[in-house]
Amino acid sequence: MKQVWKIGTIFTAVVGIWISLLLTPGLPPSLQLIVPYFPMYALASLGCYGLGALGYGMMVFRVCPEEADLLQKDITEAKTFFKEHGVDLSSD
Amino acid sequence: MPSYADEDRKIEQLHPHFYSVIIPTYNERLNIALICYLLFKHMKDYKFEVIVVDDASPDGTQDTVKKLQGIYGEDRILLRPRAAKLGLGTAYVHGLKYASGDYVVIMDADLSHHPKYLPSFIRKQLETNADIVTGTRYVKGGGVHGWDLRRKLTSRGANVLAHTLLWPRVSDLTGSFRLYRKDVLQEVVQTCVSKGYVFQMELIVRATRMGCRIEEVPITFVDRVYGTSKLGGTEIVQYLKGLLWLFFTT
Repeated sequence: MKQVWKIGTIFTAVVGIWISLLLTPGLPPSLQLIVPYFPMYALASLGCYGLGALGYGMMVFRVCPEEADLLQKDITEAKTFFKEHGVDLSSD
Repeated sequence: MPSYADEDRKIEQLHPHFYSVIIPTYNERLNIALICYLLFKHMKDYKFEVIVVDDASPDGTQDTVKKLQGIYGEDRILLRPRAAKLGLGTAYVHGLKYASGDYVVIMDADLSHHPKYLPSFIRKQLETNADIVTGTRYVKGGGVHGWDLRRKLTSRGANVLAHTLLWPRVSDLTGSFRLYRKDVLQEVVQTCVSKGYVFQMELIVRATRMGCRIEEVPITFVDRVYGTSKLGGTEIVQYLKGLLWLFFTT
């Protein structure tokens, strides 16, 4: 099933449940008060999830300057090797 | 003293597979030499060949490759140039035509992908019998160097978007340091149409949908030392378009 249909199906199901809640007679008044605002809650939650995931991703994103140093060593080693084998690598 | 034939046989028993490393290049005269040196250093226990697909670099990349062939042998380093700059996706298809290995490694020529990680790709593949092993910068042991805050934010933001929309089973969609079973790559690459960053994402998403077994290993990504890399507004727009394209077609 294509991704768009998967997400579309979930979306439709959720909207369906919401509409049926809206139309249900005899809900307690406290619920009746908040049900119309569910889409806003959903939107806000999605935004929070996005920001949270981004923040968490940034937090655990490792920087590795030591890898750059190691690479420099490898480059020096390789250049020495090629010099010995007569390959000119000097960049003009 | 063991002869070379004995040594070969030992390697054969330990490591039954043959790996074709495809490296697309454009103006990578220096980097291609460095990467070949590092490949032969870290892959000495494995049977492999390097296939350089050069898109008519004006800087003499092909001359360097010919010199490398003189050192390592023409059967170990294959130069398969193309007449013009024709893009990454088709470079893989082109290189694949000449690959004699049963497994294919694809990596960038700019040293942001270090050959020292290849043994861990191969071990992972042997352990799990995966169809694809992909390098990831986003798990423990992985990481980046040389990215400013903006680049990091863009990269992570792009990743969150892609995960929310596409539900792939890999953490790093746009990385291109990967090991493929050759027949799997041949099949998937036929179905891919995108370019650049999106191509890497399309490849792995389509492979996921095809039911391929995909495993990950951590890699560190050191942004290119020689030359410049870019990530501007046009790349971001292309990425978003690609994301939507995959959302509707996979």
